[in-house]
Amino acid sequence: MEKITSHTGTVLPLRRSNVDTDQIIPAVYLKRVTRTGFEDGLFGAWRNDPDFILNKPEYSGVSVLVAGPDFGTGSSREHAVWALMDYGFKVVLSSRFADIFRGNAGKAGLLAAQVDQDVVERLWALVEADPATEVTVDLEAREVRAGNLVASFQIDDYTRWRLLEGLDDIGITLSHEEDVASYEASRPSWKPVTM
Amino acid sequence: MGRTLAEKVWDEHVVRSAEGEPDLLYIDLHLLHEVTSPQAFEGLRLAGRRVRRPDLTLATEDHNVPTLDIDRPIADPVSRTQVETLRRNAQEFGVRLHPLGDVEQGIVHIIGPQLGLTQPGMTIVCGDSHTSTHGAFGSIAFGIGTSEVEHVLATQTLMQAKPKTMAVTVNGSLPDGVTAKDLVLTLIAHTGTGGGQGYIVEYRGQAIEELSMEARMTICNMSIEWGAKAGLIAPDQTTFDYVEGRPEAPKGADWDAAVAHWKSLVTDADATFDKEIVLDASEMTPFVTWGTNPGQGVQLGASVPSPSDYSDEGDRIAAQKALEYMGLEAGTPMRDIEVDTVFVGSCTNGRIEDLRAAAEVLRGRKVADSTRLLVVPGSVRVRLQAEDEGLDVVFKEAGGEWRNAGCSMCLGMNPDQLQPGERSASTSNRNFEGRQGKGGRTHLVSPLVAAATAVKGRLASPADLDPATPAAHA
Repeated sequence: MEKITSHTGTVLPLRRSNVDTDQIIPAVYLKRVTRTGFEDGLFGAWRNDPDFILNKPEYSGVSVLVAGPDFGTGSSREHAVWALMDYGFKVVLSSRFADIFRGNAGKAGLLAAQVDQDVVERLWALVEADPATEVTVDLEAREVRAGNLVASFQIDDYTRWRLLEGLDDIGITLSHEEDVASYEASRPSWKPVTM
Repeated sequence: MGRTLAEKVWDEHVVRSAEGEPDLLYIDLHLLHEVTSPQAFEGLRLAGRRVRRPDLTLATEDHNVPTLDIDRPIADPVSRTQVETLRRNAQEFGVRLHPLGDVEQGIVHIIGPQLGLTQPGMTIVCGDSHTSTHGAFGSIAFGIGTSEVEHVLATQTLMQAKPKTMAVTVNGSLPDGVTAKDLVLTLIAHTGTGGGQGYIVEYRGQAIEELSMEARMTICNMSIEWGAKAGLIAPDQTTFDYVEGRPEAPKGADWDAAVAHWKSLVTDADATFDKEIVLDASEMTPFVTWGTNPGQGVQLGASVPSPSDYSDEGDRIAAQKALEYMGLEAGTPMRDIEVDTVFVGSCTNGRIEDLRAAAEVLRGRKVADSTRLLVVPGSVRVRLQAEDEGLDVVFKEAGGEWRNAGCSMCLGMNPDQLQPGERSASTSNRNFEGRQGKGGRTHLVSPLVAAATAVKGRLASPADLDPATPAAHA
């Protein structure tokens, strides 16, 4: 996984709450067996509307998504994170993330940073006034900076550390193999097995 | 100090705990399906890793399989490739698979309990958010992403920060004609889609204790729709009776040892929850959604709300957008909303009791001319049981379609989809934009409301129907 320390880029201000993962990538795009190439499915239904914000030329090249509360609700599809990353997003800012989405983002290397709703509102206003506004999301300092705005964001310590180091979870867990084996030895015999 | 049920189950599965790190949890059962597993197996292959515990892993085909012509190759080549990929992966990594055509095939959350693999006090994960269903047995069960699927395949563990605990206490009894689905839709309208975020929820109280196992699964299934990490219900005699005798349930002395342990899986009297919600079941009525998330619901007897009813600006905008998408006018009585398609099925309401409830309403009645009824059993076993009881005949004589098992129109990954602008009453779990097909409009309902709606052609409960005509040959 690629390390993230700080990211600076332009912003897509998505003025919607409850952006569920069916909106981020509709189910029809989930039939692929590859890990990349999901950018065409990102906001698949909404992008049919020429007025959808992602279709506007002033928002080409954006890499920071700023969305309303309850972002990433619904289906567990990690394809939602992959679609955002394949499109070029590095960071999503919202005042509340659904648990599974936040977990998937942390595993795949997308920075899901939680900010207060008033920070979201101020970023929306800044960017809508000038779409060229750049935002810096500084993972080391846990800080969002844009123009005069400086605000802190929340991310759990462990995910932050993994992102900063670019670490692979499976590798970390396999280093605790002895703990896993000793736990397995203590499991009751009546626990179910599939074969 | 005492512990809650969730804390007891959690603590029993901690492999490793360290300050400042998430707990490493052991996973008792890992369920797989074709959509969220291919990239996980590919990851194992690239890293030269194996599946650590194939004997704690089970795969089936459910999300994108057709419900017609299942003896022929899958017509959609992309779906076919995904299903074939799962078959190859299961063979290569030694995982038990119930493929399309197998008598144990079905929706992953229906076959786990049916086989007796879902038992109290377990940790159960699957790359599907409705894994919360299995919490009905007093297990911690939750959906995971594909990276986590790969992690569980490789290590049989998951790193998880311990969630907070919440109790949802439902006092009183549900009135006749009001179901577990109405209960959980009422709850979600109360909490909103983010209300459970960060919590493992224990459902308890008289109304919950009075529910059958299948109804409890309906409640726990929808935990994710209000954002909860997981939802569970303390195991009791209802649970033990359901599990006993199933193919993978413990037998003999193992059964006794298991039940002795399961009986300890209750929240201690002196345990405390981080949060509690109290509801009164006796006041509940049939409940349906009007909007585009499961929290946007009202009583069937109410009207479509107006955006101006909401004080929060975000809620107001969300309501406005939902009404536009749904093609609804504020103030329209819910019972006046005409429905094109009724879908009975899914991991929420695709079990035998759901089909019996719908069939009971449809017996001796006809589906409205303008309405299509699609009945999709949750598993092959459910289909066979329903056919044994003659329910398929009831559905077909009423004018409905009787299909093979799978997720089907719940998420429209297979050919069972709504057309743009088409409106459904659906016993499934999500009314998101386009969920059941691009441009489709979904109202979430119980099986009873679904069946009555099919007859009326607009949203209705069985109490709204004229008496049934006795079937000619009865």
